[in-house]
Amino acid sequence: MDAHVAQLQMQYRNYILSLYQQGFLDDQFTELKSLQDDGSPDFVAEVLSLFFDDCVKLVGNMARALDQTGTVDFSQVGANVHQLKGSSSSVGAKRVKGLCINFKELCEAKNYEGCVRCLQQVDIEYKTLKAKLQDMFNLEKQIVQAGGIVPQVDIN
Amino acid sequence: MGMAAAECQFHVLAVDDSLVDRKLIERLLQKSSCQVTTVDSGYKALEFLGLRQGTESNDPTALSPSPQVRKMNLIITDYCMPGMTGYDLLKKLKESPAFKNIPVVIMSSENVPARISRCLEEGAEEFFLKPVRLADLNKLKPHMMKTKLKNQKLEEIITPSNDENGTVAAVEPEIKDSVEMEIIKMLPIQSETEPKRVLLQVVQQEEQMLSNNKRKSMEEGLSTDRPRPRLEGIATAV
Repeated sequence: MDAHVAQLQMQYRNYILSLYQQGFLDDQFTELKSLQDDGSPDFVAEVLSLFFDDCVKLVGNMARALDQTGTVDFSQVGANVHQLKGSSSSVGAKRVKGLCINFKELCEAKNYEGCVRCLQQVDIEYKTLKAKLQDMFNLEKQIVQAGGIVPQVDIN
Repeated sequence: MGMAAAECQFHVLAVDDSLVDRKLIERLLQKSSCQVTTVDSGYKALEFLGLRQGTESNDPTALSPSPQVRKMNLIITDYCMPGMTGYDLLKKLKESPAFKNIPVVIMSSENVPARISRCLEEGAEEFFLKPVRLADLNKLKPHMMKTKLKNQKLEEIITPSNDENGTVAAVEPEIKDSVEMEIIKMLPIQSETEPKRVLLQVVQQEEQMLSNNKRKSMEEGLSTDRPRPRLEGIATAV
């Protein structure tokens, strides 16, 4: 076997494992990968793309809702958090989901400062995840271009 | 619609306001060999089914609305949606003579026992917590198969008579029980193989043999005057 491919594959494996270990991803992400097949070879990339579009939209909504001079509509913020929590849960974005759980409580408590801080964290977190997953996809591309197969990573 | 006629194809309508979740449920259902239509609201769901266009009536022909509806084997809907919730949609479907027999499944990201029991009491077949997994969808095959068989048997009963909906409905429980009993009788014979898969094969054969004047003979390539077979007859052929 080509040593270069083997090295890339090992790099890929370690990278994926680290994403799980550091809590970026959970087993729902594993489920997503299992739904990808020859018939739908880009499924994971497509869903994630929709997720990140969602993040941009929802974070924007929340920023606007929190930017009101005067009374903030916390239920409006909460509704957006609920949606983000849902989609992050559906793709296995563990850290984003965790932040949304906190965020929801802060909305219910009408904690303005807390909400603003949490929104900033959510913004950073989803962008970090996006960059990490982009690196993962790049590794996959490199493996395929080098003539190898992207390995199935067993995270258990 | 271009469906391969002889295959056991289930058509599912999935309702969810989240684009991510629609994509996911669509893939899950495709992976379970179902044909999927997704819509983003309860209103669109009713529109798709033809309910909002006032096609409902007490006319016996209301049991056979548009061709799209006949093939709907399951409706799976999110609970939390703006405007019409999944629960509202469930209620509307169960109140409708044409659609009350289509199994409805509710999905929710929140585990609220009161919500779950309310949905089940209103007639939902299952309640799934999100994120929905492939394993969850495997539970749905029996529900969808029941409807498919029931629809076909109902067709045969309606054909000769001009009875009101009420009369037909009275016949329903009888059919359901006899089909279920016969299917249950089947299982012990095939115990060495996986029961679900065998059940599917039996149903497929049963479906291929059930036919009447309403089904296009081209779909099945079978003669329409074949008598209705007994399930025991199929068993020996398997």
